Amino acid sequence: MRLTLHVWRQKNHDAQGRFVTYSMADASPAMSFLELLDVLNEQLTERGEEPIAFEHDCREGICGSCGVMINGRAHGPEKGTATCQLHMRKFKDGEVIRVEPWRSKAFPVIKDLVVDRAPFDKIVQAGGFISVNAGGAPEANLIPIPKPTAEKAMDAAECIGCGACVAQCPNGAAQLFTAAKVSHLALLPQGQPERTRRVQKMVDEMESYFGSCTNFQECEAVCPKGISIEFIARMNRDYLRGSI
Amino acid sequence: MILDPKIPSGPVEGKWDRHRFEMKLVNPANKRRFDVIVVGSGLAGGSAAATLAELGYQVQCFCYQDSARRAHSIAAQGGINAAKNYQNDGDSIWRLFYDTVKGGDFRSREANVHRLAQVSVNIIDQCVAQGVPFAREYGGMLDNRSFGGAQVSRTFYARGQTGQQLMLGTYQALSRQVAAGKVQMVPRTEMLDLVVIGGRARGIVTRDMVSGEIRSWSADAVVLATGGYSNVFFLSTNATGCNATAIWRAHRRGALFANPCYTQIHPTCIPQHGDYQSKLTLMSESLRNDGRIWVPIKQGDARIATEIPETERDYYLERRYPACGNLVPRDIASRAAKIVCDDGKGVGHGGRGVYLDFSDAIQRLGRPAIEQKYGNLFEMYERITGENPYEVPMRIYPAPHYTMGGLWVDYNLMSTIEGLYVIGEANFSDHGANRLGASALMQGLADGYFVLPYTIGDYLARHMGEERIAADHAGCREVEQEVSERIQRLLSTTGKRTVDSLHRELGHICWEQCGMSRNAHGLQEAIGQIQALREEYWDSVTVPGSGEELNQSLEKAGRVADYFELAELMCRDALHREESCGTHFREEYQTPEGEALRDDKHYSYVAAWEFGGSGGEPVLHKEPLEFDNVPPTQRSYK
Repeated sequence: MRLTLHVWRQKNHDAQGRFVTYSMADASPAMSFLELLDVLNEQLTERGEEPIAFEHDCREGICGSCGVMINGRAHGPEKGTATCQLHMRKFKDGEVIRVEPWRSKAFPVIKDLVVDRAPFDKIVQAGGFISVNAGGAPEANLIPIPKPTAEKAMDAAECIGCGACVAQCPNGAAQLFTAAKVSHLALLPQGQPERTRRVQKMVDEMESYFGSCTNFQECEAVCPKGISIEFIARMNRDYLRGSI
Repeated sequence: MILDPKIPSGPVEGKWDRHRFEMKLVNPANKRRFDVIVVGSGLAGGSAAATLAELGYQVQCFCYQDSARRAHSIAAQGGINAAKNYQNDGDSIWRLFYDTVKGGDFRSREANVHRLAQVSVNIIDQCVAQGVPFAREYGGMLDNRSFGGAQVSRTFYARGQTGQQLMLGTYQALSRQVAAGKVQMVPRTEMLDLVVIGGRARGIVTRDMVSGEIRSWSADAVVLATGGYSNVFFLSTNATGCNATAIWRAHRRGALFANPCYTQIHPTCIPQHGDYQSKLTLMSESLRNDGRIWVPIKQGDARIATEIPETERDYYLERRYPACGNLVPRDIASRAAKIVCDDGKGVGHGGRGVYLDFSDAIQRLGRPAIEQKYGNLFEMYERITGENPYEVPMRIYPAPHYTMGGLWVDYNLMSTIEGLYVIGEANFSDHGANRLGASALMQGLADGYFVLPYTIGDYLARHMGEERIAADHAGCREVEQEVSERIQRLLSTTGKRTVDSLHRELGHICWEQCGMSRNAHGLQEAIGQIQALREEYWDSVTVPGSGEELNQSLEKAGRVADYFELAELMCRDALHREESCGTHFREEYQTPEGEALRDDKHYSYVAAWEFGGSGGEPVLHKEPLEFDNVPPTQRSYK
């Protein structure tokens, strides 16, 4: 495959960024998108140029490290797929591809395609947990949890924290990420004692970094785990219930 | 040096309880006076950091990723074992202990394995309390499945994402302690060396991966939870960032490295499809519960799978191992795949693949049942290969996955350097020569939640009131200097080759000569090749950019430099062990049926290697293994 890539290059947070154009003559349809960048980086390094910095780790779509805007869409054209699991067979020979970092005020660019997603950690630190120390847990089967409830909690818990929801949102809102964690814990009996306090603290923390949700629903469309916006409604309900 | 494993006396089932009582305690008010460094935030590191903080210690936890939630434990799919016996099918702590010792082919320490089985039940309680959404039955009780050939159903799971869910449990516990000010989380920071002063681990030297700053951190104890070294093979199922630098640097400072040749090659991975490939993807071995493995009987059969009639297929695992069939342990399944492919019967790219076929299961159980069980795995397979496994059989091939070898630790999980603890995959302790499926998550969490928090207290209590080392101590400065010089050396190389191209070449040598089967000639050849390539590395590599910025080439260059040394030790260990056991299969030592042939008389020991200086020969130390409870037998899965 022959491809033309316009890739965002930015030396560091303070530097001015710009698109740089690269032609690739030898891409294979069986490559992953990140392997395409690997091959390009090998070529750049051999030419004595600096390779493109991009974040990646497990390359199995589960760690949430990777993620870039591909032709304006977070994680690219394939539904329910993180960048590392996107393969070049989804593109056409001769295609022009624009590659950018997540664009959000809350996620400043560190270098090229790498951004800082630390606010996600802050939201979890604000209350995204169940306060139980190691050693203090009761027997695991003491509290039965109906299968549909456990499955629903699992649907929410699948979030990989990649940040695509924020990157795609015109408002730069982090509702889907926050709602997934809030709902995962609020659905389970173990999460009840801290339910109200948790949602209030997490939402307040979220709002100190991110924009507001106005129901564009673009987050759900690009989420590699298909997290439903239903969880946002659930979070809002819990938040409201705690405020009255 | 005499290796003292410090195994408590008495019957195996009472050792841990008595030891817990005999260990010294740190007064609750004094715990906050102690600083503990934890390197790594996966299941072992994250659970240890959170639990130590809950107890009251001050913890600094480091990870190379941007967030503690991303460590590679997250990628584990299948499940976690625990001897709960919820299925009433005859499981017990003793049976899990027995299975693990046997599965490890009698090369692990009985006392450690028994403790692991004992605390396994507490792990499940803990995870459920944290909100881990394990799979459940309609009655609301926890569901279990049989995994990796176990005769009982003791594996707990959360869809195909068990590692992720357990990982989020530890991450949440860790986040809670960060918020409480008990853990200082230091992400995007890589440990590049260990500070040893007066024979004791007193801190680490790190590089800030964004600013490039090199600095020291001092503490009263250091815990390494930095995972395994499968990436020495270049292509493995590990995350691309997983590396052995922390344990290798500790090894160079005096920590013995145990059983480096015990590396697990997982049987069910998606085969390699091109030279540009960056990693191999694992498909959970739970697939073997319903999939049947086969190759065409005829060599070089080019027909597509569905056109090959039943009579022209060789279901080689079912044929060779009628009792266990497709569920034989990992090492046996991997080796059997290599044998049929070496025989020219492999399928797909380069003839390096075998079929994993679900057509029988789909016919028997119906497609919805298969979707329910494996839906997300099937989707993942299709995303990567472009083939639909509901219609055509999957193609799989073994890939490096887990390393049982690691830094030597005693029963307290302390290495041969005082005050340096090693937990999770980074140590060698519990799996012997082969790890059973769903046991890695169990060990990581056992070490972090329930073992280390006790044993480290005993060490700290003995050093109560002693003077602390500051981060600007001359001993720290010296190590910082060495780290900076090494980075400068990498940056000033004037070669033309990329780090990856050299790493790939190293990986190829290891895979061919020290992979699924090994022989003396090949290993000797490999040692020579690795030494030659290592020489070449420092002359021919190019590392663009500077040290004062995010520089991913520089990060990789340092890690690969360490792999060269580790790879050589791995081959030396494989060469010295003149027997076959578990994953270590020496072609010279096999039964007439082609099974691993152990030599208990001469090799029933842990091989712990002492660093012999740069370019020097490593020195072998032996810890004899005794089996008082599970008498060694030849594993038979026929």
